[in-house]
Amino acid sequence: MNPVLAFDDVGKSFTLHLRGGVTLPVIAAASFTVDPGECVVLGGASGAGKSSLLKMAYGNYRCARGAIRVRDGDRVVDVATAEPREILALRRRVVAYVSQFLRVIPRVGARAVVEAAGIEGGLTAEAARTRAADLLARLALPERLWELPPATFSGGEQQRVNIARGLIAERPLLLLDEPTASLDAGNRAAVVELIRERRAAGAAILGIFHDADVREAVATRIVDVAGFRPAAAA
Amino acid sequence: MTGEITGEMTGVSGPLLDVRGLTKRYGPRRACDGVGFTLHPGEVLAVVGESGSGKSTLLGLIAGEIAADAGTVSYRMRDGVTRELAALGAAERRALMRTDWGFVRQDATQGLRMAVSAGGNVGERLMGVGARHYGRIRAEALDWLARVEIDADRVDDPPTRFSGGMRQRLQIARNLVTAPRLVLMDEPTSGLDVSVQARLLDTIRGLVAELGLAVIIVTHDLAVARLLSHRVLVMRGGRVIETGLTDQVLDDPQAAYTQLLVASVLTA
Repeated sequence: MNPVLAFDDVGKSFTLHLRGGVTLPVIAAASFTVDPGECVVLGGASGAGKSSLLKMAYGNYRCARGAIRVRDGDRVVDVATAEPREILALRRRVVAYVSQFLRVIPRVGARAVVEAAGIEGGLTAEAARTRAADLLARLALPERLWELPPATFSGGEQQRVNIARGLIAERPLLLLDEPTASLDAGNRAAVVELIRERRAAGAAILGIFHDADVREAVATRIVDVAGFRPAAAA
Repeated sequence: MTGEITGEMTGVSGPLLDVRGLTKRYGPRRACDGVGFTLHPGEVLAVVGESGSGKSTLLGLIAGEIAADAGTVSYRMRDGVTRELAALGAAERRALMRTDWGFVRQDATQGLRMAVSAGGNVGERLMGVGARHYGRIRAEALDWLARVEIDADRVDDPPTRFSGGMRQRLQIARNLVTAPRLVLMDEPTSGLDVSVQARLLDTIRGLVAELGLAVIIVTHDLAVARLLSHRVLVMRGGRVIETGLTDQVLDDPQAAYTQLLVASVLTA
């Protein structure tokens, strides 16, 4: 099968100029693929570079070495070398990224934030409106909050808005960075259900999940990032 | 940077604006030193850096208000032909600035006619493109005042009676009424109260997306760059020291100076 996402010998280090130019190697050589219908979960201790891999795939971390190939229809884009415009086009059409934190937009209500992500992802205004309501309801965000800007929400409420944003447009590649971190058991189950639906529909999913029960419920395969560590730090 | 941009992404081929090697010296100091970039339709580019970094000089050079010592600015005109701005005649250039370009200034008193009513400020740009029918000009002015959330009953007030936030809204209406394709913004939200700033940013964000504007926004505020822009250009001492996708530059800054800028932001 043609992978949607392929890491090919990817390396990453951070040079901290404010700390005397010290270089922190994070990933030495990461190679793995994610096929349609797969949910690959990154395993390994915290600080092992799991989030960095997701961010490189989304393009908000740079990739110093290797290639990160994302399939966009019958084209393949290497995120490591793509122009900003090409990465933005991938984000509209192919890749959704759900982080632990919602970047709040002033004065825009929760439902509108989710709808906007749907429209940007190609849904009609009407479809976006229906689907935003459906997702927020499934994620049990109280309806009285829908018209309010999420800035004042609790962490768990913001996270559910974030998940709804990430899932509203059915993109072929989902990057999930601990989407259930601050959710209670009931909400975790709702998120698990949504992820399994997207997986069954053929999405390729790459995720980080600290809860063992969530990991068990969604993963088709675990990739241990310890194997990608630089020798000195492993 | 290299890479072909497909027409499918932009709807057209080639950039709207192509800036190359722009340089301006004031005595021995280089306010702008070999700055180059391209901007495509609908793209929002933020130019960030501290005061004195040359970012406002860059805007002045692009707009042709400051004469460059070296470098070129080329723009794809509405007829699809790319022209070098320095080669345009004075009248042609004025017409371009009045219609297809907008310039929202940090100091509203430089971007508005302070003795003229709000409606007149918007209407003047329309008359500049040939509108003569008073009723239609007034109706269009009222429509634009509403779009930037200025109440209709303020249409006859001059901007001297407006708050700082309202003046910036009026500048935006005045600039956008002629449906420009490129808008330059010089620190449009600085000096405003935080709540006023948030509202103005939201207005700008909405209009830019709705109208598909190409924007160059100069700001010292990284949060403004994050909220509004697709790409960032980091300037220091007149030079571009880092450029790229906005979240990439802000989340994974490479240059020492960019790391310092990002690390210096206060978070509430």
